[in-house]
Amino acid sequence: MLVKIANWAKARSLWLLFINTGACNACDIEVLAALSPRYDAERFGVLLKGSPRHADVLLVTGPVTRQVKNRLIRIYEQIPHPKFVVAVGTCTASGGVYDNCYNVYEGLDKVLPVNLYIPGCPVRPEAVLDAMKLLREKLARGEIH
Amino acid sequence: MGVYLPMGPQHPLHPEATLVKLRVEGEHVVDADVDASFVHRGIEKALEHKTYTQGLYLAERICGICNVAHTTCYTTNVESLAGIEAPYRALYLRLAVEELARIHSHLLWLGLFAHTMGFETLFMLAFRDREPVLDLMEEITGGRVTTGYNVIGGVRRDVDPGLVFKIKGVLTQLKERILKYKELFESDPVIQARTRGVGYLSKNEAGELLAVGPVARASAIARDVRIDDPYLTHEEVPFNVIVYDTCDAWGRAMVRLDEILESINMVQYTLDHLPSGEVRVKVPPFFRPPPGEMSSRVEAPRGSLLHYVKSDGSDRPVRYRVRTPTLANLASVVTMLRSRNGKIVHIADVPVIFSSIDPCICCTARVTIFDERGHVLEKPLNELLDMRRGR
Repeated sequence: MLVKIANWAKARSLWLLFINTGACNACDIEVLAALSPRYDAERFGVLLKGSPRHADVLLVTGPVTRQVKNRLIRIYEQIPHPKFVVAVGTCTASGGVYDNCYNVYEGLDKVLPVNLYIPGCPVRPEAVLDAMKLLREKLARGEIH
Repeated sequence: MGVYLPMGPQHPLHPEATLVKLRVEGEHVVDADVDASFVHRGIEKALEHKTYTQGLYLAERICGICNVAHTTCYTTNVESLAGIEAPYRALYLRLAVEELARIHSHLLWLGLFAHTMGFETLFMLAFRDREPVLDLMEEITGGRVTTGYNVIGGVRRDVDPGLVFKIKGVLTQLKERILKYKELFESDPVIQARTRGVGYLSKNEAGELLAVGPVARASAIARDVRIDDPYLTHEEVPFNVIVYDTCDAWGRAMVRLDEILESINMVQYTLDHLPSGEVRVKVPPFFRPPPGEMSSRVEAPRGSLLHYVKSDGSDRPVRYRVRTPTLANLASVVTMLRSRNGKIVHIADVPVIFSSIDPCICCTARVTIFDERGHVLEKPLNELLDMRRGR
């Protein structure tokens, strides 16, 4: 019963922390557009937060650069449990166009465990909303904790 | 002297990973520095491994917001190196899309600037007004943000009369909204208090620090590549260079708002005077430009953008260099952040000052080579190339 209530509550208030680890800014502005009036992610309880300590979901854009890796891990560790990581964009999933660049890790999953990938270069705001919906459904069914 | 206060790399008011290093005494900032290295990916190096056709798609992803400026610069550069001439109609369409991208970039900046002031309503309004422009971009080019419109030898698609009519209608509506925002910036006491006299950069300082784009134009320097060094068909399209002499964050905001109005007029004029003809000449995917060097400049939304290419006659460049407007403006922003000549900079003003230059860090991050004692190595280009080849 308690687990059920917890899952229900988690699914309805996904607070985002959003960090650019070397993306070209296109995904960043599309994530912001998803929070703006036309797409309005806030109706799903999704809210952008400034501090890792308030966040549930870490949205990462960009192939992880060598310079930012340690900071990214530190931010991930500061997020309280339960926490979920979403890789936004093709370059975050696999390196994309930055394949073979000397300063990138070519994919977030080489650094952090990833729960969800959003493909697209850049992602569309609709895709961000769809990802939030998927995450909600998975949480409500208790598939991820 | 003073206390060291880092802002970033993860900070709610920096959309990108940036570290602003402040030295503060009480509430006053006495010294500042900006570290923009966190998003360095090594694009210039990667461009050397790609053919000229493949490189276009990487050049587009140097920056997502000003991608049209980057592709315009890249295609102009490579076309003049290889002696390819884009059709006249394509140049007009490139100009129209470049100005649309400027409108969308300035509206995005307006939203983020309002966000740093804590004016969330204006953030939402600016983003709402930006959406119709992105819809137009999508209808013209096929992409909302990253457009892929400019290709070597022209543009990818043509516009039809129905679309031209629609673009004009949307832009006329947008014009009214922008005039409202201008009125807001002129009259709202909160905006005045947060931006007037904040981030002061005198005309002399802006000239010495080689500020570009709206930062220079808000400090009474009429510096604009579109006038100084026209690259598309700017001689034929009438427009004004907006100059303000308030030298502060308010002036930079007004320059950008007025530039949106100018860009709207430019797009409408361009679409009225579209020449007929083809929009693209076919270029083989593995063309080999003759050996030589070439550079081109473009007025990106943030200021002057420079691309440089060096060819040895193969289908890949030997060296590709990108100098972005934010890199040029970092020296200015560091000066703005310092308390000097009786102008006190408070910690609370730092986000407003930093975002008033419209920083785009992801274009900017570059590499510096140190020797083992920590001294910066300054070597001519060909020596660095030899180091790279392990000679």
